[in-house]
Amino acid sequence: MKEILRIEKLNKIFHEPEDFQVLKDISFSINKGEFVTITGKSGCGKSTLLYLLSTLDTEYDGKIFINDTLITGSSQNELARFRNKSIGFVFQFHFLLPEFTALQNVMIPALRLGKYNEKEIKDRAYEKLKQMGMETFAEKLSSKLSGGQQQRVAIARALINEPALIMADEPTGNLDTANTQNVFDIFKELTSVNGQTIIAVSHDEDFARNSGRIIHMVDGQIETN
Amino acid sequence: MFPVNFEISKTHLLSRKKQTLVAMLGVTFGIAMFILMISFMQGVNRFLENTLLQATPDIHIYNDIKTDYSQSIAGDYYKNGELTIVRHPKPKQITPNIKNAEQIITDLQKNTDVAVVSPHISTQVFYNYGPVQINGLIDGVDIMQEARLFGIANKMVTGKIENIRTTNDGIIMGQGLADKLNVKMGDMISLATPMGTSMRFRIVGTFQIGIGTIDNLKSYVNTVSVQQLLGKDRNYITDINIKLKDIKNAKPFAAVFQKKYNYKSEDWETSNASIMSTFIIRNILTYVVSITLLVVAGFGIYNIMSMTINSKMKDIAILKAQGFASKDIIQIFLSQSLIIGILGALSGMAIGFGLSLLLSYVPFPKTDFASMKYLPIIFELKYYLGAVFFGIITTFIAGVMPSIKASKVDPVVILRG
Repeated sequence: MKEILRIEKLNKIFHEPEDFQVLKDISFSINKGEFVTITGKSGCGKSTLLYLLSTLDTEYDGKIFINDTLITGSSQNELARFRNKSIGFVFQFHFLLPEFTALQNVMIPALRLGKYNEKEIKDRAYEKLKQMGMETFAEKLSSKLSGGQQQRVAIARALINEPALIMADEPTGNLDTANTQNVFDIFKELTSVNGQTIIAVSHDEDFARNSGRIIHMVDGQIETN
Repeated sequence: MFPVNFEISKTHLLSRKKQTLVAMLGVTFGIAMFILMISFMQGVNRFLENTLLQATPDIHIYNDIKTDYSQSIAGDYYKNGELTIVRHPKPKQITPNIKNAEQIITDLQKNTDVAVVSPHISTQVFYNYGPVQINGLIDGVDIMQEARLFGIANKMVTGKIENIRTTNDGIIMGQGLADKLNVKMGDMISLATPMGTSMRFRIVGTFQIGIGTIDNLKSYVNTVSVQQLLGKDRNYITDINIKLKDIKNAKPFAAVFQKKYNYKSEDWETSNASIMSTFIIRNILTYVVSITLLVVAGFGIYNIMSMTINSKMKDIAILKAQGFASKDIIQIFLSQSLIIGILGALSGMAIGFGLSLLLSYVPFPKTDFASMKYLPIIFELKYYLGAVFFGIITTFIAGVMPSIKASKVDPVVILRG
């Protein structure tokens, strides 16, 4: 198995409201095609860890390697380009752009990447929406969709550039049982069939248990068992 | 710029049409007023300048009477070092003429930059018409030269300028003056000088230049008539008026002539210093008001952009997470304010033109300024381009600060909730 992500001695300190070390010397590596769930109690630092891995948060000590390339210390522009191409995000709150239709929301990251022309991007976006069972809502304004529908559009958006890594913060947090199962199945398929890697943060024990690997965190450290 | 950035900024603008329109109208109004004010003010300036030039020679050479008598002849008589005090020294006699006028005129006529030289004899007179006595001026001129100087031939209300040359006692009178005296062509009128001499003239024409102080005061007669009236010889000339081929040279040439001929030599701008200063004040006023309007419009855009960005924090965070760099965010928001600016400036240009056109049809009440029928407006492309340029610069500046703020949003803080 090829290693896709490796972190070495990550430390993160919050300075507000007072100095507090959220992450303490965390090191691990993740292989290509793995489905990893980071679990732990509220405040254990699992979300913080996810945002460090996603390259959005750059204030930390330690090193992050993705595809054997040191990401730590890259410029904001390089990181933006890297995220656009290689990382798909699914957030706890769905975060769609409210003035755009579901289809446009899915298309935007691909338009930014500019790998395909607009026509192809539209077809691919439609394909992703179909995969999420959202094709009938493609032309609807995203602000008019229900929470569950928005979440599925957000997942379609995360997949549009076929990123090597998909980061998900409570991806099923706002979904009912049926949709949770649906999302889980899609994630499973992405890892096994497409060889994409998923790193999710979740409270959902079923979700975690059924994923390929659990990283359990306690007080800013990985609990080894 | 990525087309997708433009697409996003377009969607943002269209999704809040009302706000966009209000911001745009701010710029539109600012630009329209800028154009209207500058076209009107410059029109007034040009109108006044033209009127002035109809009455003021490019350069005026005359004998400036000095009132400095600190050098007294008394000192020559009392040389022994005794104290000499002379109270209230007064000149015994002054002749305000130019002594070597003939030479100066010949010399000026040889000068290739000079278009017209018109010698004058000016003096104050009283116009007597029965019991009516009005203070005024009389100018002894070669009327053909004077006509070339001020184009007076076109300003004649009655009669022709040539009439003055065919009669010995002809006088061409300002229309306002003629009205006051209740005289018309063919009437006789008696003139008296402050020295007590008097002469009778026959009115052979009336003119109206459009400046009250001239139309109500001045008359033209032949040079010889004034020389006779004053009891002077044929070389007696008090003023030389000059028209240059290029009026822009007036100031430097005036200085040259003053040095060369040793008589006071004044260019038209100096002669009309008080009116020229109102030009400057009008210009300052125009620019201050116009720029204020644009700055207010700029603040409007700044406000709306700041509000937009505050309400779009989540969107900015999500765009950044998806790989939009800081410069993309700046492009998205700055292009919005520039689109507002460009559309506002273009519509402001159209409205400014329309308002100027309307104003140019507003009639001006008939007063001494008879030559002005409508409000003076000038249409010049450079004012329109200038207004658009300033409008776009203003919106750019107003958009830059909120856009930079937007680009600095930390997505982690927003996304974590």
